[in-house]
Amino acid sequence: MKTPTAIRATAADLPAEGASPPPPRRRSPRGIRRQLPTSPWLFAAPGLLVIGAFILYPFLSTLVNAFTDKRTLIPGEFVGLDNFRELLHDDMFWIGLRNSTLYVLGVVPALVLLPLLLALLVQKHIPGITFFRSAFYTPVVASIVVVGLIWVWMLDDRGLVNAVLEAVGVGKVGFLSDQWLLLFSAMGVTVWKGLGYYMIIYLAALANVPRELHEAAAVDGAGAVRRFLTVTVPAVRSTMVLVGALASVAAFKVFSEVYLMAGPSGGPAGEDTTLVMLVQRVGTGLTGRVGYASAISVVVFVVTVALMLLVLRADRKEDA
Amino acid sequence: MTTTTTQPAAEQPKRRRTPRVLRITDENGKRVPAWQLVVRYVLLLAVLALMIGPFLWQLSTSLKGPHEDIFSSPPEFLPSEPTLGNFGRVADTIPVWDYAFNSLKVAVANVLTNCVGAALAGYALARMRYRGRKAALLAFILAMLVPVEGIIIAQFTTMRDLGLNNTLIAVLLPGCVSALNVLLMRNAFLNLPQEVEEAAFVDGANVWQRFTRIALPAVKGTLAVVAIFAFMGAWDDFLWPLIVLSDPENFTLTIGLNYLHGTFANDERLVAAGTIIAVLPLIVLFACLQRFFFRGVGEGAVKG
Repeated sequence: MKTPTAIRATAADLPAEGASPPPPRRRSPRGIRRQLPTSPWLFAAPGLLVIGAFILYPFLSTLVNAFTDKRTLIPGEFVGLDNFRELLHDDMFWIGLRNSTLYVLGVVPALVLLPLLLALLVQKHIPGITFFRSAFYTPVVASIVVVGLIWVWMLDDRGLVNAVLEAVGVGKVGFLSDQWLLLFSAMGVTVWKGLGYYMIIYLAALANVPRELHEAAAVDGAGAVRRFLTVTVPAVRSTMVLVGALASVAAFKVFSEVYLMAGPSGGPAGEDTTLVMLVQRVGTGLTGRVGYASAISVVVFVVTVALMLLVLRADRKEDA
Repeated sequence: MTTTTTQPAAEQPKRRRTPRVLRITDENGKRVPAWQLVVRYVLLLAVLALMIGPFLWQLSTSLKGPHEDIFSSPPEFLPSEPTLGNFGRVADTIPVWDYAFNSLKVAVANVLTNCVGAALAGYALARMRYRGRKAALLAFILAMLVPVEGIIIAQFTTMRDLGLNNTLIAVLLPGCVSALNVLLMRNAFLNLPQEVEEAAFVDGANVWQRFTRIALPAVKGTLAVVAIFAFMGAWDDFLWPLIVLSDPENFTLTIGLNYLHGTFANDERLVAAGTIIAVLPLIVLFACLQRFFFRGVGEGAVKG
């Protein structure tokens, strides 16, 4: 076997890198597996260091900064709830909150339902199905920038979609110029890119649905729609909840699709700005208002957690 | 060895019976009626057009010659004067190959750091006993739950304090050992039978030997998943490099494309060629290593 040696060669460098803060010497209390006393911490050190310095510390400092008037080049002072008071009167914040919320409402139902239907479509092992599954997954693999730019060109005033619409006599539609159409187009792109990802999750869940249930339902004379609602949906419900949770958290934090399609300033008069776009716009640059951007981030945290709890609670209620 | 990974190939969907006469059966061996099959394929082809069509349209645009009307209605699907000239022109407009190389550097480094860091930490969480293990596990779980989009500004100021702003190192660092990967590796190690390692322990193997010779070879499958998603994540990332990189010299490919789009939006052929350059390596990677991609989604979903 040659992989382990290759890995060992790179791994051998690591203790030196991870050793920078000497981990506290702790002896195994149970003494079941005696080892070099520091080695567990040496093993965990690179990972702990990275998530500590670049995830957990920034998270805590975001929480702290939200109560300061810190700017990019100015340390700032504690200002209490001033940032949050300002948020209440900031039209852009409400626009961002509205758009991010609309995004969840628009994208999540589609991403819970459509990939399930798609999974049912590719579930049977008919010839060529592996190809179809892979093809449907391709948008997941592509970068969001690539996907965004592809659709910017597709939906352009002179792009493919409008050329087709014009050829069939519908006429041009300003997908990328109207405030609302822009937001809906971006939602469409999010759904398009996410379909394959959730399809695979559903495929795994569908594989565990006992076939007998379907057969029994069929014997009882249930049609395809009926079987879908009474057998498939209940059997994959927990997966639907999972997909709902994942999709709603991701949708609320949407940035790239709207940024690419509406532009950095968020479409006509900034009306398509989302909350994370606002964080990026307010918080970066030489005059970036780090404190204020952190306050918006805190709102993002709170809503994200609330969304998770809401979805999980909906699950539990159905259980009862 | 009993601990070698299960053959991932076994999970691949198999064709049941290659039909000599068209006779397709479902999982129960029952024959699928022809009309149902036709409906199924029609639907599959319709979805295929929707999912792959935009990529092909982009490819077609990138190959169209300078004198072709790319805005014609009804649209021309195939370039009438196919040319590779647009790819050369992208390179004249932005240093696209440098950007691709930057992306490659970050992606490869991300693969190495994630594989090594996640395997080490995952092993420490799964197999070692020490005080504070629960706390370490909790730290990784919390880190996984933190929405990255909400902490980018603080990550940015952290990088500035470290003097790493506007470097590829800064692009790499925040994700270089992702908490999700650590937890994936921990699960993989937990699923191994403990007896083999205990036997090695009795034979006098120290923890490093047990890790490299017994545990690691047995989780190669999960390691491959970590590697692939680390590569894809770094190659595709947009928001974080957009914030941390300001000097066009250090741009990664995604940021370069955004720049190309913003500055030269008038020439659709150029932008199309740029996106093809960015997406082609990943499509090739995906075509070669599909089974790992699909496994990764399954594992990430169940355990994430």
